[in-house]
Amino acid sequence: MSILKSLPWGPMARMTGRRALLAVPVLLAVTFGVFAIAAASPFDPVKAYAGTAGLTASQENLDQIRHNLGVDQPLITRWWDWLTGALTGDLGDSASLRAPVSQVIGERIGWSVLLCALAFVLAVLLGTVLGVLAARRRGGLLDRTVTGAAYALEAAPPFWLGLLAIWLCALKFGMLPAGGLTDTGSGTATAGQVARHVVLPALVLAVSQLPWFVLYVRQGVGDALAEDPVRGARSRGLRERTVLLQHALRSGLLPVLTLIGSRVPELITGALLVETVFSWPGIAAATVQAATSVDFPLLAALTVLATAAVLAGNLLSDLLYGLADPRVAFDG
Amino acid sequence: MADLTWHPARSHGGRDHRSLRVGASAVIMAAVLLAVLLVPPLVPMDAQAVDLAAKLQAPSLAHPFGTDEVGRDLLLRCVYGLRVSLLVGVVAALTATVIGTAVGALAGALGGWADRAVMRVVDLFSSVPHLLLGIFIVAMFRPGVWPVIISVGLTHWLSTARIVRAEVLSLRGRPFVDAAVSGGASRWRVAVRHLLPGVLPRAGLAAVLMVPHAIWHESALSFLGLGLPAHEASLGIMVNSARSSLLAGDWWPTLFPGLFIIVPTLAVAGLAGAWRERLDPRRRSELML
Repeated sequence: MSILKSLPWGPMARMTGRRALLAVPVLLAVTFGVFAIAAASPFDPVKAYAGTAGLTASQENLDQIRHNLGVDQPLITRWWDWLTGALTGDLGDSASLRAPVSQVIGERIGWSVLLCALAFVLAVLLGTVLGVLAARRRGGLLDRTVTGAAYALEAAPPFWLGLLAIWLCALKFGMLPAGGLTDTGSGTATAGQVARHVVLPALVLAVSQLPWFVLYVRQGVGDALAEDPVRGARSRGLRERTVLLQHALRSGLLPVLTLIGSRVPELITGALLVETVFSWPGIAAATVQAATSVDFPLLAALTVLATAAVLAGNLLSDLLYGLADPRVAFDG
Repeated sequence: MADLTWHPARSHGGRDHRSLRVGASAVIMAAVLLAVLLVPPLVPMDAQAVDLAAKLQAPSLAHPFGTDEVGRDLLLRCVYGLRVSLLVGVVAALTATVIGTAVGALAGALGGWADRAVMRVVDLFSSVPHLLLGIFIVAMFRPGVWPVIISVGLTHWLSTARIVRAEVLSLRGRPFVDAAVSGGASRWRVAVRHLLPGVLPRAGLAAVLMVPHAIWHESALSFLGLGLPAHEASLGIMVNSARSSLLAGDWWPTLFPGLFIIVPTLAVAGLAGAWRERLDPRRRSELML
């Protein structure tokens, strides 16, 4: 594998190491911010824990609960305890899902990764095809249709797209299941059932990410079509297909592919809404459940996890950028 | 034989298409503003009027958008919902713009380590996904109008701060600023009289473009049950409460509130694109959202 050997492994590894070091203060700041917001909030975890019994409980009992939950400690102490616990893998317990937070994340993260990866691949493929078709004749009918649809989809909320997809595909035509991971009444998740259940949410998530890819590919390929190498290829009498796919697409797609890592925040935003609409048992749906029931330990852990994912995406983006354009050094 | 001709004249959409787009955007925007401003005070119909005999009727002449699960007219409810969404969206977008302009101007005007520190904070905020941070804030402060506005304001100021900072940095080096400084103008006077007027058009454009984002954010929070209280029936809340009817096969209570989010967003984007082309004719409004 000569291509693997020719990659600049050393600079890439150094850049990854530097970014990992830089990520530490960012993650520390985010965890602290999360605790600071919780400390400033009027929400009282003791009252939530005690429920209606809290109305009649004695002050002593309430104080005991407060002590047991650890919320009588000052902000810094609680943050530090959480942090040292997190380093040993103890992220606390989720009250709403009645399980340790680390177990909740472990059980669910795979489903989220499956959904997001499928949607992302689908969005890149569809976006490339539509973007190239639109760029082929800018200002033409196909271009205006694709661009207009892209703007409309960009403005459409993913939860609304998801609901319409459920109505159309699950209710109207009965082709695909409307939600969940398995058929109702089925205890175990078989590959076939999961494959059928993932189609609709992955499609909706892909469509919600699609406009960005379409518009950028269209822009990149369209600009490349006006450049000298393409003009040269045309004047040599190459077929339009060859010009489009081998010259314009290659130079136009590269900048887009290097940006895909920076799409992680939008992907997470889409997943939060799509997983909820389709009752997909991933961590994004768990985030919404945690927020609805003010389940702070789960919400805090998932926020930090999402931040780490965004930082990893940024790193991937910069690595790809350095690989695609040799003039860019790996020193960010 | 391959077609060697390339049509640069057609490469950016014809002039007629663009003016058509701007005209259509202006008409839609005017209709939306007239509807949300005039319908509630002038039309003597009650958006909350329940009519169980007429529940879940498909769109017809009497009810162009149909009726919801308790027989309320959906067209009227959409107008009221857009009014709530627009009000919250405008206030939230203004909040985000004020924060962003203040932070960006501060960073650009101070420069040096203060600039670097402020931009670190911007980077920090942009490494948490918007909607997730918004959900976290609303969850901790309980759903309500102000938590939603604060949630949008605290998550959407970043782009404005970047734009304003870049603009201030570019203005700072211009001769008229040097002239003011050598004429003895104070730091404060330079900032208010010379830098701020140059920044305002960009900040204004950012604010207008922020309104659809704010509405999007608010409707997502409201849909998740983490947004406005249920009696403030915004478009997101309408989509949420239409879920049970949708599963029974009735599509209209879901479809129309969503269209009421999309169409005004496109109109704002169309108008803002024209505005941006006037501000900066070299840059095409190809990628706006």
